[in-house]
Amino acid sequence: MEERTFSDISYEQYLNEEKLMGSKCKKCKALFVPPRSICVKCYSSDMEWVEMKGEARLAAFTCISVGPPFMIAEGYDRKHPYCSGVVELEEGARVDARIEGVDANKPEDIKVGMPLKVKFLHRGEGDNLKTYLAFLPV
Amino acid sequence: MQKKRKLGRGVALVGAGMSKFGMFKDKDSKDLFAEAFREMIASVDKGFDPSEIDALYLGNFTNDFFVHQGHWGPIISDLIGLNPKPATRTEGACAASALAFREAVFAIASGFYDIVLVGGVEDMSKRTTEEVAEGLALATVPYEGRVGFTFPGVFGALATAYFAKYGATREHLMNITIKSHSNAPLNPKAQFPLSIQDMMNRKIENAKKKGKPMPTWEDEKAFLRDPAANPVVAWPMHLYDCCPISDGAACMLLVGEEIARNFSDDPLYVIGIGQGSGRGLHACDDLTYFEATRHAAKEAYGMSGLKPEDIQFSEVHDCFSIAELIHIEDLGFFEPGEGYKAVAEGLTRRDGPMPINTSGGLKCKGHPVGATGVGQLFEVWKQLRGEAGKRQVPKKDLRIGAAHNLGGTGGTCTFIILERR
Repeated sequence: MEERTFSDISYEQYLNEEKLMGSKCKKCKALFVPPRSICVKCYSSDMEWVEMKGEARLAAFTCISVGPPFMIAEGYDRKHPYCSGVVELEEGARVDARIEGVDANKPEDIKVGMPLKVKFLHRGEGDNLKTYLAFLPV
Repeated sequence: MQKKRKLGRGVALVGAGMSKFGMFKDKDSKDLFAEAFREMIASVDKGFDPSEIDALYLGNFTNDFFVHQGHWGPIISDLIGLNPKPATRTEGACAASALAFREAVFAIASGFYDIVLVGGVEDMSKRTTEEVAEGLALATVPYEGRVGFTFPGVFGALATAYFAKYGATREHLMNITIKSHSNAPLNPKAQFPLSIQDMMNRKIENAKKKGKPMPTWEDEKAFLRDPAANPVVAWPMHLYDCCPISDGAACMLLVGEEIARNFSDDPLYVIGIGQGSGRGLHACDDLTYFEATRHAAKEAYGMSGLKPEDIQFSEVHDCFSIAELIHIEDLGFFEPGEGYKAVAEGLTRRDGPMPINTSGGLKCKGHPVGATGVGQLFEVWKQLRGEAGKRQVPKKDLRIGAAHNLGGTGGTCTFIILERR
């Protein structure tokens, strides 16, 4: 795998390529998603890229009725809320993600602990391509 | 490695003032700070000459965004005739003025200054709700904002994690809302000095006036369960779980301990002062506590030599109902997972064994973010000096009170313990 800097920019480039990537400390094996360039467990800077399988469980979530401008632009509002969550990857790290494929008007039906699978949401194209990390119920 | 931290020189609080909190179309940051400053001067028992103030530390989060004006230190110090003396602005999101307080304490403890003014100000209501939400979101962790998390959203997610781990429900959070709303009518500076019952009566009156069908609710919880009265913002956070948009200012006079009696017959002493930093949701070890609050508490308890059970009452950062619940556990007042039961039993009521947010909390007193830290300490000042009027904690020998302040989504937390001797 080519060497990209362990940065948020690289993380987002990988998302554009439909890869959920983290950094692993070669010294103490600690895993970080999104990647860190400095290991906060042992302070080593000797990192390697690792790809996540994209299997996860829901650790926490919220169904948002009053969103920021970019979510309103996607058509979300009080009548059409969306779900954002924290998911725990099978590899152990947690990431913030959008939760798709659930009814955000029925939060009672969304359960902490439910199994999820990664989905990459692409918006725009070319230089303007932006990819949001999302997860779907299995 | 837990060091026992001490100040090089004791620091005392000899005066405090706070503007009314609310949404004021006809008042700006300067007007609000002037209001707080005048009250502070009047509160110094033996009087003092403001020209003796050595420096100002001022907390402000993001007036840059809210009113398109930054650099508030020298603007406020000029307002009160302090220039050309030094003015320093601190930024710690909603904990901005608790950081100002802490820096002022260190400045005096170092021996460099003797008399320091510390304050906070925020002017939020001149913008739309959406714009305020966008401004506050400047203090989320970037990964959170990118996937659509708002401030209420982050706290909503923490609530779902807490519910799943400990079996609490929305009903338990309602107890916090009802308690805050029962304290607020006793606080003349509160933005919403209304109980939930008052809110219900008001809605019924309005319906009657407009000739609309009159709503009925069995009790306060039925009102809070009604989506028409209490709509969802970021599930499970509903309107009544969230603090309002507020304008306000607060300030305090800190002096070296050995000169405190020149100013006041009844000074308070800064005996514990802690601060911690937190990570984003994704990097937390656990989603049911704030590590920054736990660290701040450890520092403050370590410095004071006190234990949580020694704190007689506390202001606790309740930007959202779930925040108060988690923090009363993080501060050691209740065991993890026990806080919601304690609240349900009424233990945190004003007349309970551990009164929390006698001011009405941020929920009802208001939350002008940069002023909140000092605003919370203002309540501790009033309570410890027996000047809290109708909301006075009914305990004999009130001696130790504390204030916990949180910035961002837990990025900066402080815990400050004051003593009356």
